[in-house]
Amino acid sequence: MADLTEIGIAEARDLLAKGEISSVDLTAAHSAATAAAQPLNAMVTETPELAKEMAAASDARRSQADGGEVGALEGIPLAIKDLFCTNGILTTAGSHILDGFKPAYESTITDKLWNAGAVMLGKTNLDEFAMGSSNETSYHGPVNNPWRVKGDDRNLVPGGSSGGSAAAVAGRFAMGATATDTGGSIRQPAAFTGTVGCKPTYGRCSRWGVVAFASSLDQAGPITRSVRDNAIMLGAMAGYDPKDSTSSQHDVPDFEAALTGDVRGLKIGVPKEYVLDGMPGEIEALWQQGIGWLKDAGAEIVDISLPHTKYALPAYYIIAPAEASSNLARYDGVRFGLRVEGKDLTEMYENTRAAGFGAEVRRRVLIGTYVLSAGYYDAYYLKAQKVRRLITQDFRDAYETVDAILTPSAPSAAFAIGEKSDDPISMYLNDVFTVPANLAGHPGISVPAGLSKEGLPLGLQVLAPAFDEETMYRIAGVLEAAAGFTAEPEKWWRSGS
Amino acid sequence: MSNLIEGATGQWEVVIGLEVHAQVTSQAKLFSGAATAFGAEANSQVSLVDAGMPGMLPVINEVAIEQAVRSGLGLNAKINTYSVFDRKNYFYADLPQGYQISQYLQPIVGEGVVTVNLEDGSSRDIGVERLHLEQDAGKSIHDRHPTKTYIDLNRSGVALMEIVSKPDMRSAEEAGAYVRKVRAILRYLGTCDGNMEEGSMRADVNVSVRHPGDDLGTRAEIKNVNSIRFMQQAIHYETTRQIDILEDGGTIAQETRLFDAQTGTTRPMRSKEEAHDYRYFPDPDLLPLEFSDEFVEAIRATLPELPDDKKQRYMADLGLSEHDAQVLLAERDIALFFEAVATGRDAKVAANWVQGDFFALLGRAELDVADSPISGDQLGGLIDLITDGTISGKIAKDVLEMMFESGQDAGVIVEEKGLKQVSDTGALEGEIDKVIAANGDKVAEFQGGKVKVLGWFVGQIMQATKGKANPQMVNQLVREKLKP
Amino acid sequence: MSVDKATVARIAHLARIGVGEDELEPLASELSGILNWIEQLNEVDTDAVPPMASVHDEALRWRADVINDGGKQADVVANAPDGDQNNDGAFFTVPKVIE
Repeated sequence: MADLTEIGIAEARDLLAKGEISSVDLTAAHSAATAAAQPLNAMVTETPELAKEMAAASDARRSQADGGEVGALEGIPLAIKDLFCTNGILTTAGSHILDGFKPAYESTITDKLWNAGAVMLGKTNLDEFAMGSSNETSYHGPVNNPWRVKGDDRNLVPGGSSGGSAAAVAGRFAMGATATDTGGSIRQPAAFTGTVGCKPTYGRCSRWGVVAFASSLDQAGPITRSVRDNAIMLGAMAGYDPKDSTSSQHDVPDFEAALTGDVRGLKIGVPKEYVLDGMPGEIEALWQQGIGWLKDAGAEIVDISLPHTKYALPAYYIIAPAEASSNLARYDGVRFGLRVEGKDLTEMYENTRAAGFGAEVRRRVLIGTYVLSAGYYDAYYLKAQKVRRLITQDFRDAYETVDAILTPSAPSAAFAIGEKSDDPISMYLNDVFTVPANLAGHPGISVPAGLSKEGLPLGLQVLAPAFDEETMYRIAGVLEAAAGFTAEPEKWWRSGS
Repeated sequence: MSNLIEGATGQWEVVIGLEVHAQVTSQAKLFSGAATAFGAEANSQVSLVDAGMPGMLPVINEVAIEQAVRSGLGLNAKINTYSVFDRKNYFYADLPQGYQISQYLQPIVGEGVVTVNLEDGSSRDIGVERLHLEQDAGKSIHDRHPTKTYIDLNRSGVALMEIVSKPDMRSAEEAGAYVRKVRAILRYLGTCDGNMEEGSMRADVNVSVRHPGDDLGTRAEIKNVNSIRFMQQAIHYETTRQIDILEDGGTIAQETRLFDAQTGTTRPMRSKEEAHDYRYFPDPDLLPLEFSDEFVEAIRATLPELPDDKKQRYMADLGLSEHDAQVLLAERDIALFFEAVATGRDAKVAANWVQGDFFALLGRAELDVADSPISGDQLGGLIDLITDGTISGKIAKDVLEMMFESGQDAGVIVEEKGLKQVSDTGALEGEIDKVIAANGDKVAEFQGGKVKVLGWFVGQIMQATKGKANPQMVNQLVREKLKP
Repeated sequence: MSVDKATVARIAHLARIGVGEDELEPLASELSGILNWIEQLNEVDTDAVPPMASVHDEALRWRADVINDGGKQADVVANAPDGDQNNDGAFFTVPKVIE
C-alpha cells in the first residue's frame, strides 16, 4: 500500500469499505505525520491515543456492520479547529485566557462527526478567537504554511484564522479538518495552502459548542484536499440543531451527488467591483483562466455589479468587533480559564483580560466596545447594519440573473510571517473577497486553481445563493477538474530544515 | 387628599416611578432547560448556557412568552407581536455572560394602565410604560468568606418580566397600592407567584421631588427593594433626604442607591458608582420574537376574571359593599375562597363569615388563606347548618374553631359533639316550665309590662341547654307561657 | 473620528481590559486609524435602509417549558480557576464585593 497520507477521504472511504485498509492503519499514518509536522505548529493538542481508540472502534463497527451501512466518515481521521469545544479535551480558541479549559461538553458539529464515524487526530492552531487572517495572533504562536517559495526557506503564513486546519490538510497529516469562517477564515487559508475550503450558508452548521467570535457571521465548514471530500464532510457536519436558535431547518441535500461535472447552461456572474487597484496581475489572470474554464464547460458568463462591495470590509469591521466585544465578555476569570488576581473584582477583571487577550483581540474588543457605546451606536453600528442590508440586497439582485458568482479567493498568495502584522488595515484587506458572503450569509468555496509565479497556490472562489451549496459544489468540481491542481508542498518540515 | 409636603421653601411633591421585576412562573428558565425552583443547592440548577460557558447558545422558552403576553393583557396593555431581544452589556460577578439578555427598544408589551385603590376609598390610574422579558442574574453571597464573594448561578437565566410604570405615583401609599395591585393581577393570572421574600418579585424605585408644576427633578434609583413596607420606608427617607438637600441649596445626584432595612435609610451603591453605558444591541444569537394576533387572542380567551371586574360583580351582583368587595378580592386566594363559600348561599352572610371569624382564626394561626386547614366549601357547609336551623350562629362560631383545628366538616363535628339545636317543643317546654316555676318574681315583672324580662328568660333557657336550644323557638314558647 | 487617550482609557475600562498608561497613546492612534478607515461608510446613503441584524429568514423557534438540563453542579464548576478552596466546592468565587 502506498503512503496512506496521500489519499483523500473519498478514496479512503472506498478502500475502507473494500477492507483493503483499516482505520487503525489510516489513523496511525496520519498521527505519525502529525507528530512529524510539529515544526509547522499547526496543532495545539495532539490526541494520538484517542485517535487510536476511535479508529479501533470504527474498525469494529465496520466489521459488525458486515458490509452494511456505516457512517459517512467511518474511520476517517480529521483535525478539529481548536475553536470547537471537545468534551474533556483542552479547548483554547488560540487564547491564553482559556488556559486549561476542558469543556464538559462536545460541540454539535464534532458530535455529528464522531457519530458519522470520524476519528479525532487533535486540535488545530488558529488565530486567537478566530480573529486574524494569517494565524499570527495565536497565543500558541504562528502556524507555518507548508508551502514555501522555491529556494527560499522563509516561513509563510497559512492564512487565517483556520491556519492550523488548512496547514494540516495541505501538509497531508489530516484528511480533512473542521474550520470556521467569520470573514474568510476558511476560504482565505484554503487559498493560501492549496486546499478546498467551504463556508456554507449561515445556519447550515450548528454554532452550539463553537467558541463564538461574531455570532451573526460565524459559520463552520470543512477544509479538505478535494471538492468531493469537502462535499462528503459538509454532509456530515450540516443539519438543524434545536440548541442553536439560528440553525436552519432546511433539508440537507446529498452534496456529493451535486458533483455532476456538468455546468452547461449555468449563468456565472463576474462582478466588476472585485477588480481591485493594485491587485497582482497573476490573480487577475487566474480569474480570467477560471472564467475560460467555465465557459469551455458550457457555462454562460455574465458581467454583474455588486455596487456596495467596497463597503463590506468597513461594515464588517464594525459588526464583527461589536459582537465580539460582547461575546468575549464571558472571559472574566470567574468560571473557567485564566485568572489574574487583583485587589478587587474590577481589578481582577482588568488584570485577567489584559493578560489573557492578545493585541489583535484587544484591538477588536476596544473597537467593538467603542462602536456600541453611547453616542456612537447610530453612527457606527446602526450604519453598518444598514450597509449590510445593501450588500445583501446586491447579492439578491445579482442572483435574480445568475446562478453563482466567480471571484478570486484572496487578493494575493501567502505572504511572509511578520510581513503585515504591523498594519492592521492591510491585514484586514486580505478578506476583501470573502467578507461580503459572510455579511449576506451566503455560501462560498475556495478551490485551488493554480500557482503564483513564485510557486505558491492561488484559489478561486465560487459564491452561490443561500442554501444552494449544490450549485456551488457543482461549479467548484468543474473548476477543480479543469485546473488539475496536483501540486503539493515539499515536506521540508520533515527534514528539519 | 393632598400628598404635598410642606418645606421651608414651599410645598414639595414627590414623584415615583417603579420597575417591578416579577419572576415568570415557569418550570424551566428563559433560555435553558434548567429548573427555576427556589432554594436548591448552589449551582445545581444551572445549565452550561446559564453559566456562560464558551459556545453556549440561548433557545427561548415558549411559556415565558405566553406568560408575558398574559401579563400584558392583564395590565390592559398593548401586546407587540414583534419584539427584539437585546444584550445589555456590563460586568458583574453574578452575570456570567457579561451581558443580560433583555428587551430594550422593542419590548413584548407596550403601554398599559393599572387602577390602584387607596385607603380612603378613592382610586387612581397609574400608567404602565412597558413590560419586557429578561434574564435574572445569579446570586452573590458576601457573608460566607472573609475576603471572597461566593457566586451561585441557580437564578441565572430565570425569566423575569420587568414592568416599568410611568412616573405617575405621588406618595408612598400610592406606590404601595400599585405594587399590591400589580402583584394581585399577576397572581390572578398565574404568571408570577408574587413572593417577595423569595425574591420572585422585587422593585427598583425611582424617586424625585419638585415644586408642584415644575419639571421632573433628578431622580435617585433605589435598587432591589423586596417588600412593600421597605419600599415605603425608602420613599419616605429618600423624599426627606432630597428635600433637605435642595432646601440647603444642593443638587441631587442621579445615582443608584441601596435601602438598608436595619436603619431605614438609603445609601449610594458602591458597585454602581460609575456611569452606565450598557451598549445595548440586538442579540445575534436570537432572532426577533414574532407571533400572530391569533396567538394573543387564544391567550386572552383563557384570562380569568381580574380584580377590577370582580369588584364590579361583587358589588352589582352579590350586593357587597365596596369595602367588603375590596377586601375579598385583594388576593386571588381570598377571592377564590370567598367565592367557594358564597356559591349558592347568601353572599353577604358568606362575606361576613370570611372577613370575621375566618380571618380572625387565620390571623391567630398566622396562616395565609392558601394554607387554611379548611376549604371554602367547608365554611359554606357550616353556614348551611345555620341556615337550616341545625345549629345556632353562636354554636357555629365554636364549630368553626373546631373545624379549624381538626380540618373536619361542620356536620361531622356537630354530630359527634351533639351540638344540634334542640327544636323539640316538648323538651324545651319542660326546661321553660322549670325556669318559670323557679322565678315567680320575674314572671310578675313581665306581666306587669316589663317586656325586656323576656330576654332574661331566653338567656336562662339557652344556658340550661348549653346553647343548643333553638333561640327563635325558645323565644316564642316563653312568650306564650308568660301570657297572663 | 479620532480617539484620544482619555477615550481609549474609558472604553478599555468599559471592556475591563487593563491598559497601561504607556499603551494609551499608541492604541489611540491605532484605533483612530481603523475608525477613519471605517468611516468611508459615510459615503453610502442609508437614510431609507432598515438595519439588518440577521441574515436568517426563518422564525425564532421556541422550546417547550420542560426541565431537561441542570443538575450538573460538578460540570458547571469543574473549570473554576478558584475551585474547591474553602468554597464548599459548589460556588464560584470572586474578590469580595461591596455593594
